[in-house]
Amino acid sequence: MSAVTIDKGGPRRKVKYGSMSRDRTWALRWSYFFLVLFAIFSLTPPFYMLITSLKSSGEISAAINPWWVFHPTLSNYQELLGSNQYLRFFLNSAMVSIFVVTITMLISVPAAFALSRMKFWGSAVLATGVFLTYLIPDSLLFIPLFKMFAKLGELTGIQLINRWYVLLFIYPTLTVPFCTWIMIGYFASIPKELDEAAIIDGASWLQTLTRIFIPVALPGLIAATIFAFTVSWAQFLYPLVFTTSTDQLVLPVGIITTLVKGDVFNWGQIMTGALLGAAPPLIIYAFLMDYYIAGLTAGATKG
Amino acid sequence: MAEVNLRKVVKRYDDVEAVRGIDLDIADEEFVVLVGPSGCGKSTTLRMIAGLEDISDGDIMIGGDVVNDVPPKDRDIAMVFQNYALYPHMTVAENMSFGLRLKHYPKAEIKARVTEAARLLDITDLIDRKPKQLSGGQRQRVAMGRAIVRNPKVFLFDEPLSNLDAKLRVQMRIEIKKVHQKVRTTTVYVTHDQVEAMTLADRVVVMNKGRIEQIGTPGELYHNPATRFVAGFIGSPAMNFMPCRLEQAGDKLSIRLTDRLTFPVPPIRTARYKNIPRNEPLLLGVRPEHITEARPHAEPGVEAFDAVLDVTEPMGMETLVYFTLEGAQICGRVNPNAAAHDGAPMRLAVDLNNMHLLNEANGVVLGRP
Repeated sequence: MSAVTIDKGGPRRKVKYGSMSRDRTWALRWSYFFLVLFAIFSLTPPFYMLITSLKSSGEISAAINPWWVFHPTLSNYQELLGSNQYLRFFLNSAMVSIFVVTITMLISVPAAFALSRMKFWGSAVLATGVFLTYLIPDSLLFIPLFKMFAKLGELTGIQLINRWYVLLFIYPTLTVPFCTWIMIGYFASIPKELDEAAIIDGASWLQTLTRIFIPVALPGLIAATIFAFTVSWAQFLYPLVFTTSTDQLVLPVGIITTLVKGDVFNWGQIMTGALLGAAPPLIIYAFLMDYYIAGLTAGATKG
Repeated sequence: MAEVNLRKVVKRYDDVEAVRGIDLDIADEEFVVLVGPSGCGKSTTLRMIAGLEDISDGDIMIGGDVVNDVPPKDRDIAMVFQNYALYPHMTVAENMSFGLRLKHYPKAEIKARVTEAARLLDITDLIDRKPKQLSGGQRQRVAMGRAIVRNPKVFLFDEPLSNLDAKLRVQMRIEIKKVHQKVRTTTVYVTHDQVEAMTLADRVVVMNKGRIEQIGTPGELYHNPATRFVAGFIGSPAMNFMPCRLEQAGDKLSIRLTDRLTFPVPPIRTARYKNIPRNEPLLLGVRPEHITEARPHAEPGVEAFDAVLDVTEPMGMETLVYFTLEGAQICGRVNPNAAAHDGAPMRLAVDLNNMHLLNEANGVVLGRP
């Protein structure tokens, strides 16, 4: 009844529906537009670094178009790569990062497994606590940590301040909570029946972790590895505070402390050093992304 | 292979009792199905047998040994899960052999067992595939294969067919029965589907609210239910229940349904009901297949009556008819050729030789042999 009245009362509105493919085409066009915009925005600084690294000091300070290289030179690269100091920073950074990633994974993967699967007294509180730890800004922690390590040196005579390996004790305080949290999430997404099946099949907790959980949660493991590596490679504040001797410095601090001499900024070499320093994470990302396959759990259970 | 015994097994979650002291004896090579509505404690019971849940009280024995504190891996059981629970990063063969590899069986024996199980389940061609390349039915076969290769004392199935579509479910049901006929391993199977329970089981255990309502062969449960719950749960469409009273005139017993409708109790049932107190509120339980169209030659114990049909459902091989009697909706099954029409009167007949009388207050079926 009422439907009839409405039909008579007003003109019928025709709604035009776009075809699926036309909607999709426009969605794609907008996506590309914004992706290109974003790419330009984020690639401009590295591009600027690249062209600056190819210039001589004279050309950098000359008042000409800064977005073009008129006399490209590799002298900055030659000087840096020929300097033992720079290679020392690189080596320190590499050792710190590799050890920190290893330590982080060795702690956070079993921790995440325990927190997500073994329901023991206080496990939920502990899991939340792990996350809350990460919320404390690192800039608040460096003074107490410095005091701690200084005191440790006084009490035991073990000198950790101004040694590159002090960072192996410090970085995990940043990486372990976050990586544990990531892994808890990944492990939680693995169906409960999978570990029950493994337990019935005769697997111990450790075997369940190594033979079922780690392979199944590999994408999460890689994400956590990338995070831990990035944090330890790019960290600036802690190495600036804890290390001072040039042979103990890591790359980010080393570039700044040795290439800025008083008020003289050696821009060409700073840019080159930073660019070379950014290479390892780039290579690692490119390499690991191949393994970062989503949907590895497909087929485990009815999906 | 072994028998499984449960003695006053209780499972408590904080202050909720999920399983309230059940006793169950499962014989060697027997196929027992635990059936009941969701939350009845059937899955919890199975998981306690598996060792995936601790038991709060009582004893569980497998092969005569109390296994209350034995971890799952040492109970020598295999379990098939509702969602298959295959290891996604392993091939079918690796999935099936995982348990054997953990126990360091010789490679040749692992291969032999996997090949044999694959042949039994008809998945030989799939042996090198990953689970994600398999259909639901194939995945469930692999899950069963994983159980079979272990050659355990007991198979535990937790609603293994619930994720499959109706057609595949029927097919896999037959497969499971075939496998059990071949390997004869003691099996405990949990389902909420009474058809699965009836078709697969040597004995069915009907559970409700954490207790066992009745244990019996499918035939016993169907023809001789102990309680209203069992009578209503087993069989589809469900048994009809009509409020009634038992009356006596001389030697003859009769059932009064309404002021105008009484049925005489047939002679073969009179002995059963002679000790039931008269004039107490009772329920008459009649299965739909015992309410049919009235036939010209009345058989003994079959009583005709008139009803006005509310709804008819033609099923092809039969037509289900629904009518109301004293506020209770009753279902009958009539011949598809009988003239049954929505809203029309119809002469029906009830076969009282298969009737049940229940105590309305507590739902107990009265006068069971």
